[in-house]
Amino acid sequence: MNTDQKALQELLFQLADDDFILAYRGSEWLGLAPHIEEDVAFSSMSQDTMGHAVMFYEMLEELGAGTADDLAQLRKPQDFRNAVLVERPNGTGHYMEQPNYDWAYAVARTYLYELFKWVRLEALMSSSYQPLVQISRKMMTELRYHLMHWQTWTKHLAGGGQESRDRLQAAIAQVCQDIEGLFSFGPHADAIVAAGLIADASTLKARWLEKASDALAKNGLALPDAFPAPSHDGRAGEHTEQLADVLNTLSEVYRLDPAAAW
Amino acid sequence: MIAQTHDEKLAAFLEKIDNGGKIEADDWMPDDYRTQLIKLISMHGMSEIMGALPEKEWVPKAPTLRRKLAIMAKVQDEMGHGQLLLRVAEDLMAPLGKTREDMLNDLFTGRLKFHNVFHMEAPTWADAGVIGWLVDGAAIITQTMSLDTSYAPYSRALHRICAEEKFHAQHGESIVLALAEGTEQQRRMLQDAVTRWWPALLMFFGPPEGGKISSNQQMNMRYKIRSQTNEELRQVFFDKYVPRIFHLGLTLPDPTIRYDEAAGQWIYQQPDWDEFKQIVSGHGPRSVQRLDLRKLSYQQAQWVRDALLNNTQQAI
Repeated sequence: MNTDQKALQELLFQLADDDFILAYRGSEWLGLAPHIEEDVAFSSMSQDTMGHAVMFYEMLEELGAGTADDLAQLRKPQDFRNAVLVERPNGTGHYMEQPNYDWAYAVARTYLYELFKWVRLEALMSSSYQPLVQISRKMMTELRYHLMHWQTWTKHLAGGGQESRDRLQAAIAQVCQDIEGLFSFGPHADAIVAAGLIADASTLKARWLEKASDALAKNGLALPDAFPAPSHDGRAGEHTEQLADVLNTLSEVYRLDPAAAW
Repeated sequence: MIAQTHDEKLAAFLEKIDNGGKIEADDWMPDDYRTQLIKLISMHGMSEIMGALPEKEWVPKAPTLRRKLAIMAKVQDEMGHGQLLLRVAEDLMAPLGKTREDMLNDLFTGRLKFHNVFHMEAPTWADAGVIGWLVDGAAIITQTMSLDTSYAPYSRALHRICAEEKFHAQHGESIVLALAEGTEQQRRMLQDAVTRWWPALLMFFGPPEGGKISSNQQMNMRYKIRSQTNEELRQVFFDKYVPRIFHLGLTLPDPTIRYDEAAGQWIYQQPDWDEFKQIVSGHGPRSVQRLDLRKLSYQQAQWVRDALLNNTQQAI
């Protein structure tokens, strides 16, 4: 594999794994959202996000990286390229037993991630790799609705009294502990940018900062002044133990017999 | 307009539904008609919501990317049906000063029951397939009967629900077929799930009448809320699914089941109806765990509901 091909695959894994793991976290929420209407809406958005991951895995499959299902379900944690933010649990407990899930964290994480995703897709619109240009346009039409949804939640929680406002602000701070991990293309960053696949990470970060600050300021909220260096560089395959749990759960059935038709 | 007595209103109401007329939420209706509808529709709605939980256990674990997307969409639909039905029930409850919150509290205290099938365990992926294929298949049969119900808002909701349930049954059938045509391990998983679910599927339609139709069923039939008895519906289920189950090379845990040509009906072994009563009163294998899950998520969202309420108050 030459440098350009390697760079392309690395970027595709970042795109696919970010969406796949976050959609998994979303699927854990199913049946547990604050009200039934939200359950339906959140689930619909998690499906979009998982659908996007599938499209990226299928692009990798076409490039000969393996079948989409094997890529999603049989790789080891250290082969995953998602940012650590998306693998963080929804709260304590298991989705089937005592899930102490934090809705403020769900709103803050999904909103701030999806704002980043918007910026990243916008940058991919001028990628040197044509399939990424086409796919980005399609994804952005869906993402626009997600952003409106999370904007509304942000407004409601920010304007919902002291407790709710405090919870949301605390969740934003918690998300920002991991936010820096999104703005990394990992060890192959130079090759990714040199191949013209996407604008460099600092450009993306500047655009995200502007968008996220505006969105929060409208609701009297703010980002922290500085973001710590990430505890794990997910783009380099460094992950928390939670990712191993996630992968064990999501591939539990498939691993019984990956060669079988399911 | 001349003031009508209660008896005159009742006579006009009955004449209307006997002629195939439909009742809307704001129309006059007898109190017991309203009560029966609230009971039926809130139970149906809550069953959809509680029914999301056993399948939800398999949503994060679905074996392929396509199955993951499909089952997420399916469980989302079930929640959507729950929402649709609770809204119909909410309109009926409004004149009594009751709300969705009351329905949830009734669920938590056990006053409001949900279908027996959703109290059961779903320990393998094959259970997710069997729920989609046979439980949704059974639900389609009972709901199809009610499509022409005299209460128009329920009828409209059911038309939409039935259309989606047909996709669900196909989704379940597709999972089941893949397992049936699969490896030894997959076939065994499927057979175990069918064996496990059989008694619950029989119970789903409710106890047989034994020549004596319950007063509840009688009233619902008089009010054209339903048109077939429990046993009639169960027979329709057998007609449709027993041959298919055998066709896949699967067995049923009832060696006596057969179609009696002379009687024109299926002969089968009754499930344990005492156990049925235990299950629906909240003593099934997963009743407590699933109710706890719903209760916990409801309690944890208290601050979110408060926040939303604060927003509304500010807007006013």
